Amino acid sequence: MTALLEIDGLTKAYPGVVANDTVSFAIQPGEVHALLGENGAGKSTLVKMIYGLVRPDSGRMGLNGADFTPENPSAARRAGVAMVFQHFSLFEALTVAENVALGMEDPPRMRDLAARIREVSETYGLPLDPARLVGDLSAGERQRVEIIRCLLQDPKLLIMDEPTSVLTPQEVEILFHTLRKLSAEGTAILYISHKLEEIRTLCDEATILRLGKVVGTCTPREVSAAEMAEMMVGRALTPPSRASAEPGPALLEVRNLSLPPRSAFGTPLRDIGFTVHAGEVLGIGGVAGNGQDELLAALSGEVPAPKGAIAFDGTDIGTVAPDARRAMGLLTAPEERLGHAAAPDMSLVENALLTARRRKTLDRKGFIDWGATRGYAEQVIAAFDVRTPGPEAPARALSGGNLQKFVMGREIDQGPRVLAVNQPTWGVDAAAAAAIRQAVLDLAAGGSAVIVISQDLEELLEISDRFAALNEGRLSPPRKAQGLTMQEIGLMLGGAHDMHDVEEGAHAEA
Amino acid sequence: MLRLEKRPAPSQAWGIGAPILAVVLTMIAGGLMFAILSLPDAGLAAAREAGEIGFGEYVFGHIPVMIARGAEAIRTIFWDPLFHERFGPFLRGQLLVKAGPLILIAIGLSLGFRAGIWNIGAEGQYIIGAICGAGFGLAFYPSESILIFPGMIVAGAIGGWLWSMIPAILKIGFRTNEILVSLLLVYVAESILALAATGFLKNPEGRGFPGSRNLARHPGTDNPELIAGTGIHMGVVAALIAVIAAYVVLNRHMFGYQVKLTGQAPRAARFHGVDPNKLVIACMGISGALAGLAGLFEVSGPAGQISIDFNVGYGFTAIIVAFLGRLHPVGILLAGLLMALTYVGGELAQTRMSLPASAIQAFQGMLLFFLLALDLFTNYRIRGRRREVAA
Repeated sequence: MTALLEIDGLTKAYPGVVANDTVSFAIQPGEVHALLGENGAGKSTLVKMIYGLVRPDSGRMGLNGADFTPENPSAARRAGVAMVFQHFSLFEALTVAENVALGMEDPPRMRDLAARIREVSETYGLPLDPARLVGDLSAGERQRVEIIRCLLQDPKLLIMDEPTSVLTPQEVEILFHTLRKLSAEGTAILYISHKLEEIRTLCDEATILRLGKVVGTCTPREVSAAEMAEMMVGRALTPPSRASAEPGPALLEVRNLSLPPRSAFGTPLRDIGFTVHAGEVLGIGGVAGNGQDELLAALSGEVPAPKGAIAFDGTDIGTVAPDARRAMGLLTAPEERLGHAAAPDMSLVENALLTARRRKTLDRKGFIDWGATRGYAEQVIAAFDVRTPGPEAPARALSGGNLQKFVMGREIDQGPRVLAVNQPTWGVDAAAAAAIRQAVLDLAAGGSAVIVISQDLEELLEISDRFAALNEGRLSPPRKAQGLTMQEIGLMLGGAHDMHDVEEGAHAEA
Repeated sequence: MLRLEKRPAPSQAWGIGAPILAVVLTMIAGGLMFAILSLPDAGLAAAREAGEIGFGEYVFGHIPVMIARGAEAIRTIFWDPLFHERFGPFLRGQLLVKAGPLILIAIGLSLGFRAGIWNIGAEGQYIIGAICGAGFGLAFYPSESILIFPGMIVAGAIGGWLWSMIPAILKIGFRTNEILVSLLLVYVAESILALAATGFLKNPEGRGFPGSRNLARHPGTDNPELIAGTGIHMGVVAALIAVIAAYVVLNRHMFGYQVKLTGQAPRAARFHGVDPNKLVIACMGISGALAGLAGLFEVSGPAGQISIDFNVGYGFTAIIVAFLGRLHPVGILLAGLLMALTYVGGELAQTRMSLPASAIQAFQGMLLFFLLALDLFTNYRIRGRRREVAA
């Protein structure tokens, strides 16, 4: 049997880094092939070359036995390669059919197109109404638009870049069903992910990249997730350890917190309530865009909350300014690192001052003590293994993962009484993510209360004492994380609004 | 094909080089403009009239004439004020007289500009500061108490501050655009100035001429030269203090940090805890108060009195000064001196070469134009588009 796609000695170097170093592997027709690796391992560069976005420096690719070097994505599409990106390129103000038409070389009449979209969506079990506005769709539905756009081209190879990061477990099930069906029909799928369990359930073969090189191949069903992780990282990982302790007194109480959306496509917060105690980690799961940013902004003090909605250690802090909240011991770390948690053009020293001014007393009557500030920046850099040319480097010069380590370290090293973080390990490599999780657990073990907002459900189950789901601005009542199944979590994520009455009852108990 | 490519980090060389290159390009383009203004040359026209030279000779004869005229204009503006044997000593003092208000206003504006708060109406705040300060002094006329001048300083600063609070409060309360409001208030201030000069501040002993009493010639309300012949008065000293204070605030103080943070990353500033409304009040207030101070020092010193044409555009030129100086205190100090040179030299060129005053303003405008155009290269570079195989 000849391979569908053959990659032989592909190399691509950027100034200062070899993104791909003589990468070779092959994909058979109908195979679901996983491309596995940490951030920065070279997965994106590799698929960009296959999809015609980047030209390789050397090496060759073959498709169906013929030489294949696409000049651009449209050449790749003509050859039968389609790709679903992690970030969607859809217009919110247009309908599904209009969005699909925009991506086509010569679109058919709208009515015919709508009929074909319906047909494909039924065939592959991807429910989607062509007449709906994309702005009204959930992330999972938007992904379906992208997938259907690809399927209309009858691809032989479908590339999917981190497709499940925005999906609920139930949506993941639907997606996998579709992908299996496609594979059975002979379409090969190149599946990029770092979620090992998913790869074990879905993929036939896996190629593992580390630092631009192929470091191994395996049949995912036959090896354990731990073995794959080890190949990916290059050493054994220790799962975070924790001492279980009785939760202490309530440190942060949120009651009936409702806030209007801040922009046209923002999410309102609806009647949110929860309590976190000293020594416990509360995990808040949910697909991005369901109120995570808004909830964190209300906790940090960027957006004032109604009177009585947020109490810190018994004191109402709804209208207390961010810096005063930090002085009290409530620290936060927003999701977006560049531009929100850190100023891109400012040095790490200046960025240390951003939140540590009060608790580390980095100023005297408003006059900045640059020596002490620099000292604190260096302390964070050392404690969290931040790779940087030095504390004077601007934040934007750091890789996303390293900046995340700096931001998390900046908050954790201040010894907060309550820490609220949004996506603490987003874009961070596995070893660093483990270190951050351990630091969060140590913080809780030391008597602090921690709120972790994340899309990574495995992460949340690993570190949380209690778990709650955020959906369309509503928070489900927190439940004990131990023993929760993915099934139950999926229900919490998909239908938190139906549980609203239950939530009220839960407050009365708490 | 050329295209612009964003630099990974702003170029330091361009940051310093752009203002220098802008000055050079302004000299060239300005020289050309002054040369064209002298057309047609009277001597050549007369010779043509008399039939001494042909048409071709008449046209090409202009080339050396234009080069000479342009070079003369540039020399008159940039060289003579400093080094002319006869006028130099006097004009060097004038340089500081002009640079003082420019620097004082530009320092105030630079804080707001760094935070993305655009006070374009410093000219109006300058006028109102002068009127309030002069009004305070004249209210006690003919007292010569030493307390009057300090009172005038405070009144001038408060006047400018109040005038700048109008756009600030409208921005906070009604989301109006501070650029438009502060700019339009300049024209309101000019009308009030005319009213003051012909009405409520008019000199009762002025035989019906518009204009107030002369503050500079009355002990107690005057702002004299501190060292005779140097042009240094209290306003120049205040400008220097402002430069030093701004330097310290921007580099050492939380307020300067918050100003820079807000300009560079507004969301990070919110996260840090900057209240955007308070920052608008603070930045507009500081720039307004400094512009008001500049107006007070001017009316009690070099100008001497409130008159209809008291303001000469310092408030607008200070915007150029602020950007020419990269919004940096030391840069503003140098840029203020340079702009003062174009003022003094421009006046010299007006009288000695009979160039129109508007040509000098156009010249100053060119400087800002070239600077902003060249600024592009601080953050971008030009790349030739690589030829790619047509898809």
